[in-house]
Amino acid sequence: MEPILMKGNEVLAQAAIFAGCRQYFGYPITPQTEIAAYMSRQMPKAGGVYLQAESEVAAINMVLGAGAAGGRAMTSTSSPGLSLMTEGISYIAGMDIPCLIVNVQRGGPGLGGIQPSQADYWQATRALGHGDFHVMVFAPSSVQEIADLVPRAFDLADQYRVPAMFLMDGSLGQMMEPVAFPDKPADPGALPEKPWAAVGNGGKRPNNILNSLMLKAPVLEASVLERFDRYEAIKQELCEYEAYRTGDAQIVLVAYGTTARIAKSVVDEARKEGIKAGLFRPVTLWPYPYEPLSRLSARCFLAVEMSMGQMVEDVRLAVNGRAPVHFYGRTGGMIPRPNEVLERVRALAKDPSGKGADR
Amino acid sequence: MNTIFKKTAGLTDVQTHYCPGCTHGIVHRLVGEVLEELGVLDRTVGIASVGCSVMAYEYFNCDMVQAPHGRAPAVATGVKRTLGRDSVVFTYQGDGDLAAIGTAETVHAATRGENITVIFINNAIYGMTGGQMAPTTLPGQVTQTTPNARNVLTDGFPIRVMEMLATLDGVAYAERVSSGDIPDIQKAKRAIKKAFTCQMEGKGFSIVEVLSTCPTNWGISPSESMEWLQTHMTRQYPLGVFKDVTETGVFPVLTDNPMDL
Repeated sequence: MEPILMKGNEVLAQAAIFAGCRQYFGYPITPQTEIAAYMSRQMPKAGGVYLQAESEVAAINMVLGAGAAGGRAMTSTSSPGLSLMTEGISYIAGMDIPCLIVNVQRGGPGLGGIQPSQADYWQATRALGHGDFHVMVFAPSSVQEIADLVPRAFDLADQYRVPAMFLMDGSLGQMMEPVAFPDKPADPGALPEKPWAAVGNGGKRPNNILNSLMLKAPVLEASVLERFDRYEAIKQELCEYEAYRTGDAQIVLVAYGTTARIAKSVVDEARKEGIKAGLFRPVTLWPYPYEPLSRLSARCFLAVEMSMGQMVEDVRLAVNGRAPVHFYGRTGGMIPRPNEVLERVRALAKDPSGKGADR
Repeated sequence: MNTIFKKTAGLTDVQTHYCPGCTHGIVHRLVGEVLEELGVLDRTVGIASVGCSVMAYEYFNCDMVQAPHGRAPAVATGVKRTLGRDSVVFTYQGDGDLAAIGTAETVHAATRGENITVIFINNAIYGMTGGQMAPTTLPGQVTQTTPNARNVLTDGFPIRVMEMLATLDGVAYAERVSSGDIPDIQKAKRAIKKAFTCQMEGKGFSIVEVLSTCPTNWGISPSESMEWLQTHMTRQYPLGVFKDVTETGVFPVLTDNPMDL
């Protein structure tokens, strides 16, 4: 299709409809409400379900039910709402129900603010609910990338029966950019069958039971191990990143989402000053692209985030002590300015050990 | 040989884990019989909740989904909205699940007029966790967490769910029945059948509260439990129909679109 100018949140919603999503459940919270508003207008036209739940707790459980019944279902929220959804996400993971969960992050903790943030990285990649599980985490950094990743996320979720999450931020959700959608939207009726779904046994097969209760420890352990085998397969298939001017880079900035756009402009500015800088941008945060990041032989790394430093721990795991890993971040809804980051890059160009405060 | 009695096809052959004298088994059978008689087992999805009936997913002979504690009406909403009007979706929930942790999900599924059927077991105690105070525990009732009996000054009052839900426009049918004796059990079955029929006709939210026993955690014998149910529980929770608009349904117009619920 011809490119059109659209807001990130609305692109996400339209991309989901084009990907065959026909069940959306949500609850209003800034800065993602445009997704719900768009769905409330467009989902009925597509013959799908839009429902405003009484809470994020209810919304995620409606997604659980719709996904259990074989629907391509999703919800969207922002940070405080995501915290409320973690119970349901854990059950969804334990019942192997594919779905899409969108977190357009805002500053925290608590009610926090409504400005952009990346402070839910740990929650998304480490602790999205109780128990041993992961979800696939996608972190687009442009409006077009939102449109490109949404169908991929739904397809992989179905293929592996593992929920997918979009970790965005208020800036990406609110910005307008040109976007081109696929020429041929997916036909919900032509998606791969889900023989495990609870749709009524039709009098033809044993009952399908979706359940996460396993009181016998060896049975529960076996189910978790089987799920982790699937996680290993996902790691083989899904490792998305962008490496920008990293070939000869002596300072590699590592950033995702909105901060990656800032870091990219800093790299260009630094190069103009003769500093060999590059950008490594993870697109998937789980699985994290440890291996390609570990291959870079820079003199030092600088993680740039809208948090007090969360992803920087994954950078350190990837670099594994071979070079210093530094951090620069703003939090509470503040966005790092290019000149602030550039100052750090200039200092690291002089002294890669980065003596002095990392923030 | 003439068959004079057989188990309902609505239940599996799995042996239940319920205690002697508990009436969960009776209510399971009533639900199974109704689903069989209505001929809908093949298009029914049941939602099991958390509590003593958590393993209902092994007992009902239909597709089943196990919901987080209190969230069964939200899960049922997701299932029903996805499968459409031809499906039959029910939840089976205890008093702690439905009237404490799941109050919001219950009230809002009801007020939306969600076309699902809720089977609500009220035995005035938390059974699965060993007999703590429930939202429906009677004033003066001793439980593990009200060792000196429920004192309304500190523990508050019990909640009457049917009376509360009857005020909501989305509720087509709300009846409280008892599993205390044979006539009451027969009435309970009629109520359950009416509730499912209401759903199949797209008339709105239907709920049947069944007063039940818990001899194990009440600390009395099964026969004493039946007695206690009929004397004490029915005083706090009067039996009867609290809402019935199953003739007209709760919605102004019904369309022919099967996705319009």
